[in-house]
Amino acid sequence: MSLLSFKGGVDVSGNKEATEKLPITECPPPERIFLPMRQHIGAPAEPVVKVGDEVKIGQVIGKAGGFVSANIHSSVSGTVKKISTKKIMGTDTVLVEIENNFEEEYLELPSYKNSIDDLDTAKIRELLAESGVVGMGGAGFPIHVKLSPPENKPIDTVIINGAECEPYLTGDHRLMLEEGAQVVKGARLIMKSLGVDKAYIAIENNKPDALAAMREHVKDEDGIEVVAMKVKYPQGAEKQLINAITGRYVPSGGLPMDVGVVVNNIASAKAVADYILDGKPLVDRVCTVTGSGIKKPMNVRIKNGTLLSHIAENADGMTEDFVKLVLGGPMMGIAATELDVPSTKTTGGLLFLNEKDAKIPETQPCIKCGKCVEVCPVFLQPIYIARYAEKGLYASSDKYGALDCIECGACSFICPSKRPLVHNIRMAKRKILELRKK
Amino acid sequence: MERLVVTSSPHTRSRFTVNRIMADVIIALIPATLMGIYIFGMRSAMIVAVSIISAMVSEALFQKIRKQDITLNDLSAVVTGLILALNVPPGAPLGMVAVGSAFAIIIVKQIFGGLGQNFMNPAMAARAFLVISYPTMMSIFCDPMITAVSSATPLAVSSCTPLGIMAAGDYANLPSLWETFIGTIPGTIGETSSIALIIGGIYLIVRKVISWEIPVIYIGTVFLLTFVLDGFNFYLSLYSIFSGGLMLGAFYMLTDYSSSPVTKKGKIVYAFGAGLLTTLIRLYGVYPEGVMFSVLLMNVATPMIEHFTSPKIFGGAKR
Ligand code: SF4
Ligand code: SF4
Repeated sequence: MSLLSFKGGVDVSGNKEATEKLPITECPPPERIFLPMRQHIGAPAEPVVKVGDEVKIGQVIGKAGGFVSANIHSSVSGTVKKISTKKIMGTDTVLVEIENNFEEEYLELPSYKNSIDDLDTAKIRELLAESGVVGMGGAGFPIHVKLSPPENKPIDTVIINGAECEPYLTGDHRLMLEEGAQVVKGARLIMKSLGVDKAYIAIENNKPDALAAMREHVKDEDGIEVVAMKVKYPQGAEKQLINAITGRYVPSGGLPMDVGVVVNNIASAKAVADYILDGKPLVDRVCTVTGSGIKKPMNVRIKNGTLLSHIAENADGMTEDFVKLVLGGPMMGIAATELDVPSTKTTGGLLFLNEKDAKIPETQPCIKCGKCVEVCPVFLQPIYIARYAEKGLYASSDKYGALDCIECGACSFICPSKRPLVHNIRMAKRKILELRKK
Repeated sequence: MERLVVTSSPHTRSRFTVNRIMADVIIALIPATLMGIYIFGMRSAMIVAVSIISAMVSEALFQKIRKQDITLNDLSAVVTGLILALNVPPGAPLGMVAVGSAFAIIIVKQIFGGLGQNFMNPAMAARAFLVISYPTMMSIFCDPMITAVSSATPLAVSSCTPLGIMAAGDYANLPSLWETFIGTIPGTIGETSSIALIIGGIYLIVRKVISWEIPVIYIGTVFLLTFVLDGFNFYLSLYSIFSGGLMLGAFYMLTDYSSSPVTKKGKIVYAFGAGLLTTLIRLYGVYPEGVMFSVLLMNVATPMIEHFTSPKIFGGAKR
């Protein structure tokens, strides 16, 4: 069968062997959790508990701070100990600290398991707005916002993104293998909320077992199709995925809904089903803990708000030569500044790197090989955007389309001269936006 | 615990390096170099050595004087020296070769800012420089020692290469197509063996050092245009692509990164333009050979080609 793909892109070595065969395990609950009120794009949530309150799992701790925002629920049962502000990754974040009583008491929430057919679009959206579910692929965009397109943007296609094209990460892979049925149910609910009758579950071809498992799950489903994608980075990038599957091009500066598509990640789809069918809000998630800097790589379910140091301990701790922690995958993840910060709804990967793997080779002058142009999935010319940015000629970077860059990192990855292309393009983007504001 | 290392993404890089690229070009040129030495004798090996050494010494000296880091490690000077050597006749004086190599490195490459900044292919520009400065030395193709290996009867001194013979209209004396393919014909050291050059070229494409567009479109254009413009003669058209510096130019000189466009469309336009020029010069110009001038002309046109072939951004309007 022919594999779907986009134009451009790079082969990145997978590095998934360490964890792809490991079933998801449970991380022992920590004694305390620290729930950040900012775990999504949009307005931070506002705490609705006070110190001393007793809370249960699934209870709302932070109420969505607007339409583009999401509820935050407790992932443990216990007592609220402290509400404070801490600078996390450069941003002041309100943290609600809850002491775990280890009773694992759940708040009773309605379940619609037996009444799916009675749910209409409005009801599903209403439920999702409470669910706390956000895009779990990394962006953290509140799901009810994604699923509420304006009237003039008719949606005809849903894509469930199981490409997992970042090296090292295997959480979505495992989720499809172990909880594929729930993923499909989530996909159905998402389709229902949009009144759409076509959905694709997109999986990169390096996961034949997941492809087979998901095909089995959708065997009797109308309108849900599993599609095999070529293994190429960034196959899972939203716009590239839409293009590969539907042939449509999301306009520059536009959103998937502009071409009638909504994309959701595997974990998000599962979280949708968890809430609506089982009354379980988004309080935990699967995370791939891996890399040369951790002793025992694993796929592990972590409660929201667990300190990264706790998660590392559960994986037998770091190796002697550990030096760098990346939140997410190696291509687009962000380097952590410390381990004493809590996990969030978007902590899908913790990549611990040892000295050797963390080493970034020295930069040489550009040899104008054109590789960066060849691989750019947005068809930009990173060489020139970056070159102008280095010289401070941001207007020229703008003309070359800097703002369209999705920061996938393919250009920096392939560059034989190891130039920090994305870094410079990011800088250009910031400056261009500043200049435009003026 | 000590502070964590914090850098911006991506946090991993490919194993593709400048060094690897240059080493691959050298590897790709080994068959052609060996064929040159086999066909034209050990003197060719001397020329190759002198050219490479001169390129390396020039680069090191220039960078030392300019107080820059010495970049011999990237192997690009070796590549330039080697390619230039393959572009001179086997009878070329060693001193001239050394001068040409130094010219390539200092004038064409370093003055413009070094690797990646040159707007002309250094070896090709140096070949042109030598052709202009030492016209007779650069056209000693008919040395008896050399022509001994060829079945072609030596004609006038400057016209015993296949293209020279063709220009003189003396078709009866052309070496066979097979000989042009294998390389046992008069020519510069590295240009005669099409088969060796093609093997190396395929290696470079497989290793993703060069993309197929430039060589294939260039060679294809010359073939088709010769076919159409020169009497629909299949044999002669094949002949035209196996002779002269065409294969050497197609795979190793036209593809020079810094003097060719970075965009895919640009590469197509560039290769087609070079093919057109090569054919026109060969068929209608005063020179029997057109590869050199067409490469240099297209090098100069590269910025303009890039300007007009800027790709359409994903989901956007053309810029
Ligand atoms: S990949 Fe690197 S060396 Fe090649 S053109 Fe782009 S910036 Fe220059
Ligand atoms: S320019 Fe941006 S979009 Fe293009 S390859 Fe580089 S990071 Fe990816």
